[in-house]
Amino acid sequence: MRNWSFVSVLVLVAFATFFGTKMVGNSYAFFAGYVVLQYVVLATAWNILGGYTGYVNFGTAAFFALGAYSTVVLHKTLPELPLPLMIAVGGVVSGAVGLGTGYLTLRLRGTFFSIATLAMAVVMQTLITNWSFVGGARGVYVIRPDESPIFDGDYIEYLFLLMLALSVIAVAVARAIEHSRLGYGFAAIRDDELAAEASGVPTLRLKLIATALSGGFMGMAGAPLPYYVTYLDPSSGFSLSYAVNTIAMPLIGGTSSWLGPVLGAVLLGTLQQAATVTISSALSLLIVGVLLVVFVIVAPKGIIGWFRR
Amino acid sequence: MSDPILTVSGLGKRFGGFVALADIELQVERGERLGLIGPNGSGKSTLVNCLCGTLRNETGKVAFDGRVLDGLPAYKRIRMGLARSFQLPRPFASLTLAENLRVPILYATGGQGRGVDVERRCGDLLQMVSLAEKAQKLPGDLTQIEMRKLELARAMASDPRLLIADEAMAGLSPGEVDDILALLIRLNEQGVTIIMIEHIMRAVLAFSQRLVVLVAGRKIADGDPQDVVRQPDVVEAYLGS
Repeated sequence: MRNWSFVSVLVLVAFATFFGTKMVGNSYAFFAGYVVLQYVVLATAWNILGGYTGYVNFGTAAFFALGAYSTVVLHKTLPELPLPLMIAVGGVVSGAVGLGTGYLTLRLRGTFFSIATLAMAVVMQTLITNWSFVGGARGVYVIRPDESPIFDGDYIEYLFLLMLALSVIAVAVARAIEHSRLGYGFAAIRDDELAAEASGVPTLRLKLIATALSGGFMGMAGAPLPYYVTYLDPSSGFSLSYAVNTIAMPLIGGTSSWLGPVLGAVLLGTLQQAATVTISSALSLLIVGVLLVVFVIVAPKGIIGWFRR
Repeated sequence: MSDPILTVSGLGKRFGGFVALADIELQVERGERLGLIGPNGSGKSTLVNCLCGTLRNETGKVAFDGRVLDGLPAYKRIRMGLARSFQLPRPFASLTLAENLRVPILYATGGQGRGVDVERRCGDLLQMVSLAEKAQKLPGDLTQIEMRKLELARAMASDPRLLIADEAMAGLSPGEVDDILALLIRLNEQGVTIIMIEHIMRAVLAFSQRLVVLVAGRKIADGDPQDVVRQPDVVEAYLGS
């Protein structure tokens, strides 16, 4: 399928999702759906670096929280700024941090890179915790408006719609990369960096593109968070569960194509939301653990890999 | 003859206190078939890595086609037409054979994939190494010799002017060695300068117009293959005194 017709299909699916959620007739459906969509963006973003290029990032929470905190800063300095612009700023901030971290850490391979990203997350959290302008360790309150600014509806519907749009963009970008020159370069790096370099692939530059893109989308996914939670503190923004979920979702869905992270995020995200409502929110990490173990045994290449065999 | 395609002068490389290469002088003429031999550990692969930019040489310089390569990363060197195959094949394991060739076509050829029918070029290259019917297979499905051929095809995909074949025949049966040998000679006839690094003397002697011998990081011989293999210090390096 050509990229544009794929995007049209995505947009159709997105509209169906929105109106389907509206038909539930309960605004909680939007609250739950928002989280699932947020994970679609996060998992897709993670997969651009982790799945395509083969660099496992444990620092998702940092990029995500930076997006959220850049919105906090904007909310306090330019409260009139429309949220989509704040999302763009969050993306730029996290993308730039991705580029910087990438430059410092991408000479490390495998596990060492992963540990460096984890360390980066700890450093970022410490910085934010000690920055009183954004609430420091106390956290910060962000008042969510009541009404959607662009259509007649609740503000959560607006947030949901934004996250839906972001999912469409992230998935479209991921898919476009897959069969592009960039995608083949990424795959070559994942398989054998030395051979990639010997085949003319500028490995460092491509890896920086991947970290910047990946970090940028994570930041965008985090940017609306303050309006969603209305109270944000470092320990929840930088929660390790974001990193764990974001790694688990592509692994469960399959890392080899754009569809994997989407499947993983929808499956795992929905299960977690359902468990939160029906049983307990503490159960969600257990679900991740159990599913990961099951998939490592039954389908090590994820749902996608299972069907491609 | 015109100016040499590759000029190496005073090249030296150390790993800590170990001198891997010292004062290497080497010229390769355009269109030449050069054999490079030496016992294990004599620095052949290190030399290849220094030529291709995988390793940085501490002293001396490498000039390719009149341009000094010092400090140029590997990916820029292959874009200039200096290609190598690896001693142990290093295919892109998750990509099909056709996609394996697509990477250098998209990244290393002059137009970097623009204005080229990439599909067709992949097909032609696979045809050249008689792997066309396996285009959609993964490298994991290949036999040892097919893997070597893929390695060579991938090196050729960048349209190189100089190809360094690093032990492309190690571990192959005599019939398979002839296969690869014929392939390399055919490439040479198409105008590609080739440096062959090899342990199989029969192949080296059949292939090379000139032979260079490395021993313990130094060049000890350079000349007509038949003369070189009779040189006393070469015999000594291989057989002991």
